[in-house]
Amino acid sequence: MRARRFLPGGWLSAYAFLYIVFLYLPVIFLPIFSINTAPTPKFPLAGYTLKWYEDLPNTPALLDAAWNSLVVGVSASVLATVLGILAARSITRYRYPGRRTINGLIMAPLVLPEVIVAISMLLVMLQLGLSLSLFTVVLGHVLVCIPYSMTVLTSGFEGFDRSLEEASADLGESAFGTFRRVTLPMVAPAIISSLLVCFTISLDEFIIAFFLTGTEATLPIYIWGQLRFASKLPGVLALGTLLLVASFLLMTIAEILRRRAARRTQNEGGLYA
Amino acid sequence: MTAAVEGSPPLRMTRARRNALLQSEPVQGLALISPTFFYALILLVLPILVVIAHSFWTQHYLTIDRTFTLENYRVALTEPIYRDLLWRSLYISLTVSLFTVILAYPIAYFISFHGGRHKSLWLFLITIPFWTSYLLRVMSWKVILGYNGVLNSGLMGLGIIDEPSTALLYNTSAVIITLTHAWAAFAILPIFVSLEKVDRTLVEAATDLGDGPLRSFLRVTLPLSAPGVISAALIVMIPTVGDYVTPKLVGGKDGVMIANAIQAQFGKAANWPLGAALSVTTMLIVTLMAGATVLIIRALQRLAR
Repeated sequence: MRARRFLPGGWLSAYAFLYIVFLYLPVIFLPIFSINTAPTPKFPLAGYTLKWYEDLPNTPALLDAAWNSLVVGVSASVLATVLGILAARSITRYRYPGRRTINGLIMAPLVLPEVIVAISMLLVMLQLGLSLSLFTVVLGHVLVCIPYSMTVLTSGFEGFDRSLEEASADLGESAFGTFRRVTLPMVAPAIISSLLVCFTISLDEFIIAFFLTGTEATLPIYIWGQLRFASKLPGVLALGTLLLVASFLLMTIAEILRRRAARRTQNEGGLYA
Repeated sequence: MTAAVEGSPPLRMTRARRNALLQSEPVQGLALISPTFFYALILLVLPILVVIAHSFWTQHYLTIDRTFTLENYRVALTEPIYRDLLWRSLYISLTVSLFTVILAYPIAYFISFHGGRHKSLWLFLITIPFWTSYLLRVMSWKVILGYNGVLNSGLMGLGIIDEPSTALLYNTSAVIITLTHAWAAFAILPIFVSLEKVDRTLVEAATDLGDGPLRSFLRVTLPLSAPGVISAALIVMIPTVGDYVTPKLVGGKDGVMIANAIQAQFGKAANWPLGAALSVTTMLIVTLMAGATVLIIRALQRLAR
């Protein structure tokens, strides 16, 4: 028997549709105005052009920023994922006192105002005499990426059947061998998913990079600098569109892999249990 | 499984047992998590302690005087400029979290109760815009609300207004709209999770016992999903209070928030201790506000039952 529900589904579906429009509409204006001939973003469009895109590869400052973002993104995602694997594994596999507190601390950057995280790291780095550079940006990005990495990885590690690892240990495999030959293949999709999520976050992150970088700009910092000039807007919109597509692709792949990881651990665990 | 263990040679069994004794579960677990834990300790806890320490010190040009003083807090709490910025930031973050939660609840409800097989697809659809650059999303609102923006040109095209309105951009409402949009996805997930946990048979029982759909929603589903509403409110409220990009891009003079003042103290104004005191004050006040929100929602939850 189905209970009658508050509000018929029809109204809710209509609301859901409007909500999706509200979520997506602002984002859709970026690609629309990036192919507009006129530099001011207003309707009706003056004409269609790809010249803003063609100008992008001829801007050395932009290419530098893109390279910096790539370096920072790869380093931060690898470091955050390694630290995330250790923590997620510990949280899902072991029971010990203080587990919840430590988990809470690691997840804390998710709910703290970013400005405060950024300036406190800035103070410590200056006190320690570290000179600000892309390295300090990586340190900051790792901190904010770990919570996301943990979320993806715990969902991949959970439901993982422990008896598989016990069997491997019982059959004489060392702890590392078990991890490499039993655990790792099962959770590989979750790990790749975590790498992609962290890379996407680092690629788009502005505040921490803004405070912790020296003279080198990442892509968001470059965009921030360009926003002051109205005439540069179409170029920024074109670059923004490319970043949008990149983020979208990375996140879609990450989501597919995360689901595959969750399904794999659950199904195969069930099969062998 | 047990058959396999009993069948393995005795030598291996003793080795396995010794390993188990040497490496007890808590020790292994703590050892495994320690690198990540220390990373968070050194780059999060230590920095926050350093900020707190700075807030009690004084800056003389390039040197820091480490004599204990409450002067920075006096300035942060009584100087009209900082007091106003603080109040405005709290007002904005409270309004934004109220809006996001109210807008998000029906969606979370829809996905949980009517989503059918497509629940995860819906959730994915909703989180996708969140993964695009925050800077770019704020910028698109600037494009929409601006003097020559989409909204103005659209309204003029329809003949509703004759000349572009300047009331849309560079004020507190622009900041609230942009932030509400930016944080929408964050509010949906926790509410959805708590709605998923609502025992459907309880809703049926309420209906069987004669409650109408609205009554059973208000007395069963809504109170049971209160934990999700609480986390949604907090997850939006705490970070938005310290937002820097949105006020800077769409806030104009009237939309400046406390984060902009904090940044100025670490940049141009170069008064770290005052910036630190402003940060600590913001954190303390937002924590109090978060605590009050939790208490109010819990009280409402008890009333509803």
